[in-house]
Amino acid sequence: MSNRAKLFIPAVFFVAMLGLLFYGLGQNPNLVPSALVNRPLPEFSLPALFETNGVVGSEQLKGGIYLVNFWATWCAPCHVEHPYLVEISERETDITFVGVNYKDDVDDAREFLGERGNPFKLSLVDANGSLGIDFGVAGAPETFLVDQSGTIRYKHVGVIDNRVWDEVFVPLLAELR
Amino acid sequence: MIPELGNFAAMLALCLAVLQSVLPLAGAFTGNRLWMGLGRPLSAGLWVFMLLAFSCLAYAFLHDDFSVAYVARNSNTALPVYYKFAGVWGAHEGSLLLWVLILAGWGYAVSLFSDKLPLDIVARVLSVMGMITTGFLLFLLFTSNPFDRLLLNTPTEGADLNPLLQDFGLTVHPPFLYMGYVGFSVAFSFAIAALLTGRLDAAWARWTRPWTNAAWGFLTIGIALGSWWSYYELGWGGWWFWDPVENVSFMPWLVGTALIHSLAVTEKRGVFKSWTLLLAISAFSLSMLGAFIVRSGLITSVHAFAIDPERGLVLLTILLVIIGSSLFLYALRAPVVKGSATYGANSREVFLLINNILLVVATAMILLGTLSPLIHEAIYGEANRISIGPPYYNIMFIPLMAILAFFLGASTFSRWKKTSLQHLVSNLKLVLVASVTLGIVLPLAVASSFNPSAMLALVLAFWIVFSIVKDLLDKTANKASRWQGLLGLGRSYYGMQLAHFGMAVIITGVCLTSHYSIEQDVRMAPGESITINDYTFTFGGVVERPGPNYTAQSATVDVSIDGEAYITLRPEKRTYHARGDVQTEADIQVGFFRDLFTALGDPRGDGAWVVRVHVKPFVFWIWLGAFLMAAGGALAVMDKRYRHKPVLLAQQEALPPTADSIEAVAKVSHS
Repeated sequence: MSNRAKLFIPAVFFVAMLGLLFYGLGQNPNLVPSALVNRPLPEFSLPALFETNGVVGSEQLKGGIYLVNFWATWCAPCHVEHPYLVEISERETDITFVGVNYKDDVDDAREFLGERGNPFKLSLVDANGSLGIDFGVAGAPETFLVDQSGTIRYKHVGVIDNRVWDEVFVPLLAELR
Repeated sequence: MIPELGNFAAMLALCLAVLQSVLPLAGAFTGNRLWMGLGRPLSAGLWVFMLLAFSCLAYAFLHDDFSVAYVARNSNTALPVYYKFAGVWGAHEGSLLLWVLILAGWGYAVSLFSDKLPLDIVARVLSVMGMITTGFLLFLLFTSNPFDRLLLNTPTEGADLNPLLQDFGLTVHPPFLYMGYVGFSVAFSFAIAALLTGRLDAAWARWTRPWTNAAWGFLTIGIALGSWWSYYELGWGGWWFWDPVENVSFMPWLVGTALIHSLAVTEKRGVFKSWTLLLAISAFSLSMLGAFIVRSGLITSVHAFAIDPERGLVLLTILLVIIGSSLFLYALRAPVVKGSATYGANSREVFLLINNILLVVATAMILLGTLSPLIHEAIYGEANRISIGPPYYNIMFIPLMAILAFFLGASTFSRWKKTSLQHLVSNLKLVLVASVTLGIVLPLAVASSFNPSAMLALVLAFWIVFSIVKDLLDKTANKASRWQGLLGLGRSYYGMQLAHFGMAVIITGVCLTSHYSIEQDVRMAPGESITINDYTFTFGGVVERPGPNYTAQSATVDVSIDGEAYITLRPEKRTYHARGDVQTEADIQVGFFRDLFTALGDPRGDGAWVVRVHVKPFVFWIWLGAFLMAAGGALAVMDKRYRHKPVLLAQQEALPPTADSIEAVAKVSHS
């Protein structure tokens, strides 16, 4: 490659990146519904966070309403969301909260839940993000609502707060109950 | 009326910007000095009209003019006056107006401080800046006009400013950040002007250096303010999250740092010319990319304040035109021949090249990390986004910075062209012994802990500091007195060493606070206490306290040292009336050696609350170091030689003295 041709590398690289950004514009993560909505829960079997050698499998998530929350200690918005999850888990006792600790340091995660309260009845570890791929997780936090038949009914990207809960989850839950 | 005046002023500014992009450049091509000379008055006019537009929006905010849609969305009668003013840049439209105002300001500054530059260069630089301003003004007026009215349904009350932004740190953060971002447009414009003329001598590098240093200094302060804000306002005591918004401000900073160093090589030694040009284009391109990513909502972020995919498309077009054409110009015009000067394998040139490689690799890895959710989705399809957390960044970034710190210390004693290995080794021997000893002994003695990574970081910090000290001693050794020697060293030398010292301070702060912070999140009932190190924190319960536009749950936490009362901290949880948002307000006692951090969690019944109590050693040093770096940049800008050089050249060329040059020489002899 001649020296002059090499000088075109930055321009080529830039155009490629621009193409990617253009593609990304049409894919607003908050607007695209998960491909999994109204599909059955993917099958999985992953290590439990607290019990050594324990396993949490998808067959445990049957016959009730489940809220599957992907979280991590490195994820800043999860810190914001966490106190609220604790609050609603205490209030909405008929919902089983399932915490998926996503690509995290397991010790940090245990400490975090120990110190700040644990809203999750079931906690599992998705160390390499494989379950995240099955669920189509874009980033933490993301929360999936699973109904009694084991079907994913809703996916929420980002922090759940008072407003999101009242405006989105409460009507959905009224349908399910 | 006032908002219409503002709108009109922005339109006039657009007309002036169009003229400024065309006329001076056309003059430079045709040799028409009159047209070239138009650049300066046009940039002054542009600045005046942008200032007028900005003042009109500020007026609308201060007078609660809720007929302006933007004001209605981002202000409230109960908002304190100070935040009403800051509300001007509290959301997308206004911050874009601030962006353009600052862009016009930099252009005007170039026209003021360029009297020593050839007219055709000034004309080209100002035209390029005019083009950038035109692009952003079009964007402002046609997609994001802050002066749009709500005349039919004028609300009687505004929706209030985002409570996260009702804070001193965040009101001054955007202006500094934008000063930095937009400041790189000057280096960018100089690079484009140099490519257009083909005159890529040392002169353009010299002209560019002070502008780059200034922009870099502002960006340093801007990033530090953002980090300081997330430390005390987000309420969980972290100070850097590798959040996309943080990343996009950090990338231009890293490339800007590389640019500062590579400009030095190009000016002094005439090498790395193409590389320096590319960095100058990249620094501003990454700034604009940052604006795009933040404004388009492309990548979700904790800081996402203003999201709109359609505006993203317009911004993308601006990016394509400005960056695409400049990179194309670069490919066509950048010099391919090697610079005339040569250098050995062990020379200051090579050390600075290593610096550049490390900084650019760090930038590339941050860019890859930030865009990875998109890349992954593009390859594996929708609903298959992934996110990359701090583990990725820390694994990549920390080793790179450790290597950078090592070379920083070592390069202090390097010389241009060729340095003998012996010279380096003999200078570094003592520095090495001292830094390794102190770096290992200090944590053992003070914290009585053995922590290899903390020790390594401390060794590197001392390594930088001792190199600076030894260099200062060497440089003054042969002078009549040390004091005289110190006075004889130029401001740019001190600026450089101060910035390097700042880096050592940051390394110390980051390392010690990461490894030795004690963080306790505990449930506390009134009267209960917790002891961390020498400090006992006693929770005094929570009372309600009314604020101007919020109601606060205000806690008292009494801190005592060995039973003696020391200070009372009052962390709060505020509920803002207009939006119903709840905001955690940490209370921090900032200290030189440690911060005492308290934040209020959630109520747990019977007056008990979750309280976050952190003791964070040396965390203040992170921002102190950033401030020292920025101060170093400012010192370098003020160096005399940026005013000397052109005069000396004039003398060398033995031109007949003109009134100008006599005055200039007189100025020099006075200073």
